[in-house]
Amino acid sequence: MNTTPLRRTPLYHEHVAAGARMVPFGGWEMPVQYTGIIEEHRTVRSAVGLFDVSHMGEFEVEGPGALAALQYLTTNDVASLQVGQIQYSVLCYDNGTIVDDLTVYRMGDERYMITVNAGNIDKDWAHVTKSTEHVKDARWRNASEGTGLIAVQGPKAEALVGRLADRDVPAIGYYRFVRGNVGEVPTVISRTGYTGEDGFELYAPADRTARLWKALVDAGRADGVALIGLGARDTLRLEMKYALYGNDIDETTNALEAGLGWVVKPAKGEFIGRDALEKIRAEGVRRRLVGIEMVDKAVARHGYPVKKDGRAVGLVTSGSYGPSVDKYIAIAYVETALAPVGTALEVEVRGQGKAAQVVRTPFYPSKVKKAG
Amino acid sequence: MANVPKDLKYTREHEWAKPEGDRVRVGITAYAQEQLGDVVFVELPKVGAKVTASKNFGVVESVKAVSDLFAPISGEVVEVNGELAQKPETVNQDPYGQGWMLVVKPSSKAEWDQLLTAPQYEELIAQGGH
Repeated sequence: MNTTPLRRTPLYHEHVAAGARMVPFGGWEMPVQYTGIIEEHRTVRSAVGLFDVSHMGEFEVEGPGALAALQYLTTNDVASLQVGQIQYSVLCYDNGTIVDDLTVYRMGDERYMITVNAGNIDKDWAHVTKSTEHVKDARWRNASEGTGLIAVQGPKAEALVGRLADRDVPAIGYYRFVRGNVGEVPTVISRTGYTGEDGFELYAPADRTARLWKALVDAGRADGVALIGLGARDTLRLEMKYALYGNDIDETTNALEAGLGWVVKPAKGEFIGRDALEKIRAEGVRRRLVGIEMVDKAVARHGYPVKKDGRAVGLVTSGSYGPSVDKYIAIAYVETALAPVGTALEVEVRGQGKAAQVVRTPFYPSKVKKAG
Repeated sequence: MANVPKDLKYTREHEWAKPEGDRVRVGITAYAQEQLGDVVFVELPKVGAKVTASKNFGVVESVKAVSDLFAPISGEVVEVNGELAQKPETVNQDPYGQGWMLVVKPSSKAEWDQLLTAPQYEELIAQGGH
């Protein structure tokens, strides 16, 4: 039994005061819901929601070797990033399986920040520092403790952040960021998210994060802002088929079968996992992460077997009710031959095969701002 | 504090049982639905099925979790709330009313006395529900 005390974000007291139900998540004590998962989910799709994602980790790497260090660690091509741009990427092991997924920010000419999953901070820190010991002039700093992070997501996010910021918020493109004050708190305003809605992630000093949260709550009343827990964060990302580390991707799944081939760029040069991924790409993946819709009424959950005519052909990695699609949906690894859209499958639910089929994803159309 | 009607009996697993003549209506408590959160799926036995006291008779699923349902008393299922297939959220909205799950014709009267009274159930949930 793990008896390590749970960590708390700078917004812990705000959550408790708001009546959140707090649960352990990745070593942290986090709000799973405030009023109800489905209601919170719908508020993000129709108005705007605030998420405390301060538990996520931020590492900075700086110096003439910073680019080389990141090129060696991550699968995507960091050389293509301009200052002010952000990139989704993956950290792999030598065999092409996944240490973590992350975003890479180019903060300056020779300065980058990476944002990693909360439950992986210690593992990732060991991995990035150890794996790049041979890279000269790259200084790493773990800024996780001192950094708070608030996601503002939904069709009214731009109006809300725009009203509080001293920068031209509508001008920020998707996967771009600027530095600026929001509610008089110095932030990195990043047009990114994990919901499929337009929105922002605001990085702030940990000791100013509660002030930023309160400013967003106050200014957001007119927009119908709501506080959103991890429960709705999960259903929102599920409807987009965004992978969740620990559920859909982990150290046993490779980046290609997970559908992350679009961020694997072997042409950029050497990186950890490149040879293995090149080989897998040449041979073809044996299974694929696909979107599944239940035909029979049943909820598919993480770990449930996927079958075809009674034969085991895969495994569900995430599944729930999708409030915006009003269906029971899931993400699953299935044999490559069974991955095409329309393939009929069964999900074994409590010993019974329930009809399901492979469907196009995202399950719900993405509203992220692609231009810019 | 969740609502605990005085005229019902309860299980330690948070089902309620309501006597209706020689039959018993069964559902889950207000406390149970609060703990579960949004109910998105309910799986119930068919009319004619036999249920056994303290044994699993079905499943209720919220967005986050799957929970077994336990029969308060043994007997034959004589009615099932078919509405819950289309509107599982009724369990959240009206757990003691429209959110009922089964009507059972009990096979034993003795089991009734084993169930918790409202004050006993209130005490159970005051201690955290376990």
